[in-house]
Amino acid sequence: MSVSGQDARASRGALRAEPPAMSGVPVLEVVQLTKHFPVKRGLFSGPQAVVRAVDGISFTIPVARTLGVVGESGCGKTTTAKLVLRLEDPTSGTIRFEGRDIAALGGASLRDYRKSVQAVFQDPYASLNPRLRVGAIIAEPLVTNEPLQRPEVRQRVLRLLELVGLPERAADLFPHEFSGGQRQRIAIARALALSPRLVVLDEPVSALDVSIRAQILNLLRDLQSQLGLSYLFIAHDLAAVAHMSHEIVVMYLGQIVESGEAATLAQKPKHPYTQALFSAALPSHPEEVREEIILPGEVPSPLNPPAGCRFHPRCPFAMPRCAQEEPKLLSVEGRLAACHLYDQKA
Amino acid sequence: MSAAPLLDIRDLSTHFVSARGTRVVRAVNGVSLTLRAGETLGIVGESGSGKSTLALSILRLLPTAARIVGGEINFEGENLLDKSDAEMRRIRGKRIAMILQDPMASLNPLFTIGDQVAEPMRVHEQMARAGAWTRAKELLRAVRISAPDTRVGEYPHQMSGGMRQRIVGAIAISCEPALLIADEPTTSLDVTIQAQYLNLLRDLQKSHHLALIFITHNLGIVAKMCDQVAVMYAGRMVESGPVRQIFNRPAHPYTEALLQSIPRLSDSRERLTAIDGQPPDLVAPPLGCAFHPRCPRAIDRCRIEDPPAFTVAPSQHARCWLAEPTR
Repeated sequence: MSVSGQDARASRGALRAEPPAMSGVPVLEVVQLTKHFPVKRGLFSGPQAVVRAVDGISFTIPVARTLGVVGESGCGKTTTAKLVLRLEDPTSGTIRFEGRDIAALGGASLRDYRKSVQAVFQDPYASLNPRLRVGAIIAEPLVTNEPLQRPEVRQRVLRLLELVGLPERAADLFPHEFSGGQRQRIAIARALALSPRLVVLDEPVSALDVSIRAQILNLLRDLQSQLGLSYLFIAHDLAAVAHMSHEIVVMYLGQIVESGEAATLAQKPKHPYTQALFSAALPSHPEEVREEIILPGEVPSPLNPPAGCRFHPRCPFAMPRCAQEEPKLLSVEGRLAACHLYDQKA
Repeated sequence: MSAAPLLDIRDLSTHFVSARGTRVVRAVNGVSLTLRAGETLGIVGESGSGKSTLALSILRLLPTAARIVGGEINFEGENLLDKSDAEMRRIRGKRIAMILQDPMASLNPLFTIGDQVAEPMRVHEQMARAGAWTRAKELLRAVRISAPDTRVGEYPHQMSGGMRQRIVGAIAISCEPALLIADEPTTSLDVTIQAQYLNLLRDLQKSHHLALIFITHNLGIVAKMCDQVAVMYAGRMVESGPVRQIFNRPAHPYTEALLQSIPRLSDSRERLTAIDGQPPDLVAPPLGCAFHPRCPRAIDRCRIEDPPAFTVAPSQHARCWLAEPTR
């Protein structure tokens, strides 16, 4: 089955989302978002411990933009995605979607929110029901959410398949008849069925073969410009995030340590953790010389994060102050960084 | 470069045969490669390209459905395919060691770290338990496990992913092998832990004069770690040669496309150069060159005839009709 990323351009505008009511209002606005998970302990073992998975993070995603979230396992990026999808309720903080607090939504308005925000996950082998034909998989959100007649549903499914660069006959096949990259196209088609405004992409290409990743990344970019989609893009492949995102936030142990414009951040990171992270990224060419910062140790447990700056036990530039005082996000050369090195009043 | 290579694989073919013998998958199809002591070779390819089967063929650890149907694997001057199973057991873990992708699956949860690091030395070198444990502590220190004296008595579940993978590394080098095969050793690790681990492997390689084979789909690992690279596609080694040469002047269209399809940190490209289509089905591979349906420069001959390996530059070979020297 020959498939090309360019096919997606053909059906331009067919499924364009309705423009958001007010221009200038970001699609998503997250303010001081916090999620603590209580840890179950024995009956008499004293005060309950909490895992501070996400601890007071704020960011915004403007219309038709991509925000990339990077960080290592345990930094809270997947919890952030779950909070945005309202699969988890925050401990505190607010998530506003097109200006409305999503915690206040219920009934019809919550259903509407769930239609507007969709997700594509890492493993297209696990996310598609093997017993349903592809047409039924893509139609499922349409059938449950919209009062459509069968021919209309079929029409929409075919348009979605065309949009993601799959042939019409794909609708009558089963997921096992497709390769990983094609399955991810099916998952994307399903996510787009209800014309969402925001799509959460959690490691969308890491399970795919190298030669297929570029196809999917190109497709996601094309869809963004055609449909005006906003993306929350989560991945551990730093080069892919830098390529896809307009802005990047870097998370460490539940907090944002640095955020800003993607190219600025990728090329001139300021926070020592971001510097180490990007210097540890693999080179794309054997002649690429890069200063390598090898961090000692591993990420501490979010159950009991270090006092002061959470990065200080591994930081090559740690000062006495870092162990006591938590740094705030400050504007540093056109981006935000939470590090005492850049705090003038020191 | 007069010394005989440590590993010299000639025209190796490993096939998977279905139960009734009706279907044959040529997972490794006529592969030749050489590796000298202390050198690093990266074998890159996508899933199903045959790179892991190639590694398992070297160790003769193939699943029962697979058969080595031809070729030679000369290691330290002897053909491993002539060895008995008992002889192979004496080579595995002692002369050739392997690191697998998932450190949780390669450590036994019921034994202490000390027992597992000491096991190869007890088996291969008949060391006494106390001596092997002392050596195990040294090895743990060598792979930068802090507090090795207490760690030897602990179990795998008490370690993080990065530590487990370093312990697997300690087991691999415990008998000072000449060749270490690492199959996707860092795929399950975080970026900064991956950097730590790769640097550790490079240090171990230098201090033990190891030859290293990296099996990976990640060209970044090849760029960072390897001297030589071999690119596999559908069971064939489509291109091989020195890393810099191949990154600068790839001769095979697949290698070229692969190099262009990866996003770079310093990139300002709007779109990536994607390789159209899907990897081939190995049960029914395309006629001629297996890459021709996806190749932007395929000519008529590619659709009929499988190209042999042509020498395109000193020690660089490519299986592509376009690389054929002009007659």
